[in-house]
Amino acid sequence: MPRSRIRCAIGPRTETDAAHSRWEHFEHGADVGVRGFGATKAAAFEQAALALTAVTTDPAAVQPRERVALACEAPDDELLLAEWLNAIVYEMSTRKMLFSRYAVHIQDGRLSAEAWGEPVDPVRHQPAVEVKGATYTGLRVAPQDAGWVAQTVVDV
Amino acid sequence: MEPDLFEKRSDYEWVIPRRGAMRVPAVIFATEALVRDMDQKVYEQAVNVATLPGIVKASYAMPDAHWGYGFPIGGVAAFDPDEGGVVSAGGVGFDISCGVRCLHTGLARADIEPVQAALAHELSRAIPAGVGSTGEIRLGEKEMDAMLAGGAAWAVQRGWGEPADLERIEERGQMQHAKPACVSAKAKKRQRDEMGTLGSGNHYLEVQEVTDVYDAPIAAAYGLAQGDIVLMIHCGSRGLGHQIGSEFLKRMAVSAAQRGIALPDRELACAPIRSEVGEEYLGAMRAAINCALANRQILTHLVREVFRRMLPRARLPLLYDVSHNTCKVEQHRVDGSRHELYVHRKGATRAFGPGHPDIPAAFRDAGQPVLIGGSMGTGSYVLAGTRESEALAFSSACHGAGRAMSRHQALKTWQGRRVVDELAARGILVKSPSLRGVAEEAPGAYKDVAAVVDAADAAGLARKVARVEPLVCIKG
Repeated sequence: MPRSRIRCAIGPRTETDAAHSRWEHFEHGADVGVRGFGATKAAAFEQAALALTAVTTDPAAVQPRERVALACEAPDDELLLAEWLNAIVYEMSTRKMLFSRYAVHIQDGRLSAEAWGEPVDPVRHQPAVEVKGATYTGLRVAPQDAGWVAQTVVDV
Repeated sequence: MEPDLFEKRSDYEWVIPRRGAMRVPAVIFATEALVRDMDQKVYEQAVNVATLPGIVKASYAMPDAHWGYGFPIGGVAAFDPDEGGVVSAGGVGFDISCGVRCLHTGLARADIEPVQAALAHELSRAIPAGVGSTGEIRLGEKEMDAMLAGGAAWAVQRGWGEPADLERIEERGQMQHAKPACVSAKAKKRQRDEMGTLGSGNHYLEVQEVTDVYDAPIAAAYGLAQGDIVLMIHCGSRGLGHQIGSEFLKRMAVSAAQRGIALPDRELACAPIRSEVGEEYLGAMRAAINCALANRQILTHLVREVFRRMLPRARLPLLYDVSHNTCKVEQHRVDGSRHELYVHRKGATRAFGPGHPDIPAAFRDAGQPVLIGGSMGTGSYVLAGTRESEALAFSSACHGAGRAMSRHQALKTWQGRRVVDELAARGILVKSPSLRGVAEEAPGAYKDVAAVVDAADAAGLARKVARVEPLVCIKG
């Protein structure tokens, strides 16, 4: 199966980040790969989260009106990425919300974050599919090109 | 994949002999054309599964196999607890007990046609579908646990269905040895308002017409004839199952590393069947099976309410209900003796052959009905389990068409509105809250389900009985 990349850049937090911050989807048969790039690990996690939102809807269509605090932890960076994405999936599922802005802080394997979004509006958001959870397929968190990449495949 | 990667055992059986860390061979059931079409990752994943502790006979892939996580989708693998066998959350999938249920209606096309548009509208109003949708049922703590232990039997007790329904569901509608206490508070919270919801993605509810009958005696035993109207529901255990899958994937990844289980890839995370994590997963996974069975039962009730209002002559008894993402304890003959094995089917359907005691008496001689969902706008199929399927792949068959194209590619190729209009011109009414979702699920984004079913039939995994085509499709 041909593998293509779907590129998009959205929401860099600072001008320093702007050089690095972007997200893309990568193809995976029945499911979808989410990949974030950032100047820091935390920025790459934020971008991966935007890629997650984009599986369901266009992040630009989601207004960052309500703030939700999230936290998770894991024994290593890669499991932490999966936990982070799963924490968002959980909030999307239980609050029936979509998020378009994320701020992540990572220290000693612990992640704390804030996500901004709004309740799902089927007409305006045209949400295509709900994400069931993050898998460990294609899971990678590593320094790359003077920044960081954070990616995995999510089950839809 | 290139067919010369395999030893060809027959036109429908392709073998990867045991080598390296593989404990058993890997076997793919497919035609040469389907093998050529399969992702190389199916090969790698089938080989990886063959390396896991306690695997018995072979790692199998069905004709609709495609790249999954850990195990391929369309993967079947059985593990022996006496040989250190494992259970894997990735070997079941996140949508635990996702499956297909088929209902008779007793109606013909002529009964549906005058009310087709109104029926589509009423079904779309009655069935909560799509991202963010909720059902009307709210379960408190005690009722949640009762549902997780009772499955469809719980739903029937609460008035959502008939006792006769239970005979027509795998496990008679109630998976035994479920442990609601092993299901996390988060998983239960995720399910709080999702009972009786269809979900999104490839899940659907369809009103269908039987267009072809291939095996008249078995079709008769199932109560199917050409021109009959039936109804199929494809969905799973909703947020609860997804949360259990995610949580145990992590626990298994961490515990496998601690136990020194060497995994070719972390995505194969698993735990010994006889371990704390393994037993807790099995208890939670069985509770999720009950959640899926209860969910399809509640959806059945909602459908019956609509038909009662609109087509009061209709009766909607169950034909059958199958799950295609499970791990079940089954007795199978291996090397001349019977063994109790933990059979993982991920995107694969149980397909017990004629005479099996777990098949309802009404069609025990015919074999278990195997319900294969197609994409919207194409056909779905009813097959029957065969006797030879047990020796081939622990009585398993395919589950659907499988995607031929990524969601992104589909979105670039089709517009949702056009897909809806084109299908309407062919007499198929699609109702969905999301046109983007419709575009991503366009019929052309899926492989040819007929080729998959023909391969399953020719390989002997299951026998083709009937084909159905949709008249109404409710999508999430």
